[in-house]
Amino acid sequence: MANKRVDQPTGTETVGHEWDGIEELDTPMPRWWLWTFYLTIAWALVYVVLYPAWPLIDQGTEGVLGWTSRGQLAKDMTLADQAKRSVGEAIAATDIEKLPGKPELMRQAIAGGRAAFRVHCSQCHGSGAAGSQTLGYPNLNDDDWLWGGDLTSIEYTIANGVRQPEGDDRRQGEMPPFEGVFDTAQLTALAEHVLSLSGKAKPNRVGAQIFADNCTSCHGSNGEGDRAQGAPRLNDAIWLYGGTREDIARQVLRPRVGRMPAWQDKLDPVTIKMLAAYVHSLGGGETAVARGADPAAKVDEQP
Amino acid sequence: MQAEAALSRAGLWFAVMLLAIVAYVSAADTGLAVHAAIVGLVALGLVLASAARFDPLSPARGFFRMPEGETRYDDDPIRWATLATLFWGLAGFLAGLFIAAQLAWPELNFEPWFNFGRVRPLHTSAVIFAFGGNALIGTSFYVVQRTCRTRLAFPALARFVFWGYQMFIVLAATGYLLGISQSKEYAEPQWYVDWWLTVVWVAYLAVYVGTILKRHEPHIYVANWFYLGFIVTVAMLHVVNNIDVPVSLTGSQAYPLFGGVQGALVQWWYGHNAVGFFLTAGFLAMMYYFVPKQAERPVYSYRLSIIHFWSLIFLYIWAGPHHLLYTALPDWAQTLGMVFSIMLWMPSWGGMINGLMTLNGAWDKVRTDPIIRMMVMALAFYGMSTFEGPMLSIKFFNSLSHYTDWTIGHVHSGALGWNGMITFACLYYLVPRLWKQQRMYSLRMINWHFWLATLGIVFYAASMWVAGITQGLMWREYGADGYLVNSFADTVAAIHPMYLMRAFGGLLYLAGFAVMLWNVAQTLAGKVRAEAPMTETPPDPALDRPIPATAVPAE
Repeated sequence: MANKRVDQPTGTETVGHEWDGIEELDTPMPRWWLWTFYLTIAWALVYVVLYPAWPLIDQGTEGVLGWTSRGQLAKDMTLADQAKRSVGEAIAATDIEKLPGKPELMRQAIAGGRAAFRVHCSQCHGSGAAGSQTLGYPNLNDDDWLWGGDLTSIEYTIANGVRQPEGDDRRQGEMPPFEGVFDTAQLTALAEHVLSLSGKAKPNRVGAQIFADNCTSCHGSNGEGDRAQGAPRLNDAIWLYGGTREDIARQVLRPRVGRMPAWQDKLDPVTIKMLAAYVHSLGGGETAVARGADPAAKVDEQP
Repeated sequence: MQAEAALSRAGLWFAVMLLAIVAYVSAADTGLAVHAAIVGLVALGLVLASAARFDPLSPARGFFRMPEGETRYDDDPIRWATLATLFWGLAGFLAGLFIAAQLAWPELNFEPWFNFGRVRPLHTSAVIFAFGGNALIGTSFYVVQRTCRTRLAFPALARFVFWGYQMFIVLAATGYLLGISQSKEYAEPQWYVDWWLTVVWVAYLAVYVGTILKRHEPHIYVANWFYLGFIVTVAMLHVVNNIDVPVSLTGSQAYPLFGGVQGALVQWWYGHNAVGFFLTAGFLAMMYYFVPKQAERPVYSYRLSIIHFWSLIFLYIWAGPHHLLYTALPDWAQTLGMVFSIMLWMPSWGGMINGLMTLNGAWDKVRTDPIIRMMVMALAFYGMSTFEGPMLSIKFFNSLSHYTDWTIGHVHSGALGWNGMITFACLYYLVPRLWKQQRMYSLRMINWHFWLATLGIVFYAASMWVAGITQGLMWREYGADGYLVNSFADTVAAIHPMYLMRAFGGLLYLAGFAVMLWNVAQTLAGKVRAEAPMTETPPDPALDRPIPATAVPAE
């Protein structure tokens, strides 16, 4: 340490080493730095007593406060559940068609349905429930319904899904392919006729005849559709797979059919009820006019 | 060079090439086949180069030229590493800008080679291991020779370290684009690439320690403690995190030894200390040599350097579990990860204090020297990131920030601000010295680089902080009815403007780097730009006088 010298600008002595021209000052550690360091160590010592910290043979110490991350999660979940419980119980105890009669409960059901929709439904139907013509997911904002648009029908559709192999036969209807049945001229005439049902083209006799022979049993003589079979209404200019002549011709030849999971396997009845209330509230919800013993068969209000 | 030696060396490379061909033919998957082809081509190149070594005019001979003797420092590998740092930096920054654009415009995902999942590790590895790694190898060889006053030990091995490391980078990068990954963040390369890196790294350690052992100084300078800590610890981290069993010797896939939560803990013990020892300790070593040299001032405090070195080394290694808060990791391990992170705050700041306070007596250089300005900004970002890190490891903050873009912002304020800026400053110091020039081609361009980079970081970090906090708050937002308010897609839509700003920040940072590349290229060409000095305060005799007595003082 023979090379110690006092550095002029700082007035501090050097340590006396030198490497490639670099010297080091013998400045003491800054006090604030040292004391903050001690403080963090002291804080750490307190923290590891209060919280689980020390690994022992079988498990770690539990900490004086008895806190666990699983415990905190359970507590938070319980709090959230409790906030919803009274509403959930009330919804569970109310038949879905009675919900509109309790505006406050209906409002809460719609709010819960909106949250559940974003988690479970938005992947296909879109976060605004507008569906997708390209992908063939129905728009839930309009008033065109494949399987019925009143609360009970919507709830039933959500619970049982659509065209599930093991599912309920009330949601199974499927259009047969007509590939090879018509020649090109017939197909064009048929597509033209289908478009004419909603006033988008001029009626033609050939197409009308083909429609009467092949399509009316499901879609109705005027294209009014049949919700019992999920046969879409054709006279409202609302299209699931596109409304151009090519789209319609393709759908006649090689029909696409949509499927939806049966949500009763995954969601509890209250959530399904809330989802139905939310979907019903989107703009196209219908009021059930008749309700028989069989909830799905008779409630559909044909417009 | 004796003919027999050249032939035997060519024969050795020929054998390597044959092995590569065998591996290529028997490869079980495309990835290994492509990698075998790369190894084979390199070996073929080396066969030709070895055979061509009789020819004194061979352009390849520079790669094999050994230092002239113990009287000169061995700077060839340092020159190569400097150029490699710049090259890989460009690649890494371009990849980063590309994936930032992909996040803003998803249609930029070109399947399969250039989708986000493959380019993202390309970006992280290119900037951390290729850009940062070459900077560390180059500067460490430079610093250890100067501060030990001795030539590099094992010059041949030092050359192997450099070229072997480039081979590792090429294998890793091509592997990502081919879709080969062991799916561990920052440790994506597969088993045979890991083994190769281990060999290279042991050689690196041998060269480094060998040079320290033959030093002509009585003491080991602090920068060398940090470099040594970096090399030794990275070796340990790399080996332990990559213990796995290959599915077959002709396939690229392997199964890790540790599974489940143990695997996650080992991975983040590795991942966090890759940050701690690669990006902190290694770059602090650079800081400890180049800041005092550029400022021409003594290091602020020897005592602080001892205490903060040992406390940093001891505490960092325990902090990994803070990456796994609120996961399946047992609570006690989460707690320990968190408290060690808090205790790490001051040891980290010790480096910042020692760097900044070294400017005592030379603060005017912040105004006049753009390299010092970069170093100061680097240290400021270092201090900010090492405060933010412990803060984010506190469970209260972590429950909001984890899995959000806040993490990305945190990483980049450290990576762009600290690692990037200090590397640029060191390269600006090194380039004129390594290529025997008076100074860089243009100091004003360094200033431009400084401001472009700083502005870029501000855009990047600020947008990611806002995006991260927005995400965190939206994910946890409950309505009055007790239901989550937002879907995931809502949060993506909300932060989209931030993604655009982030990409813009990256573009600025890249633009600054492009200025640097031009500046370095001109310097290498031996040019010096005629330009006004950075600061001038010329005396103005008209202003240098008292106010005349006739003037009426203001009321």
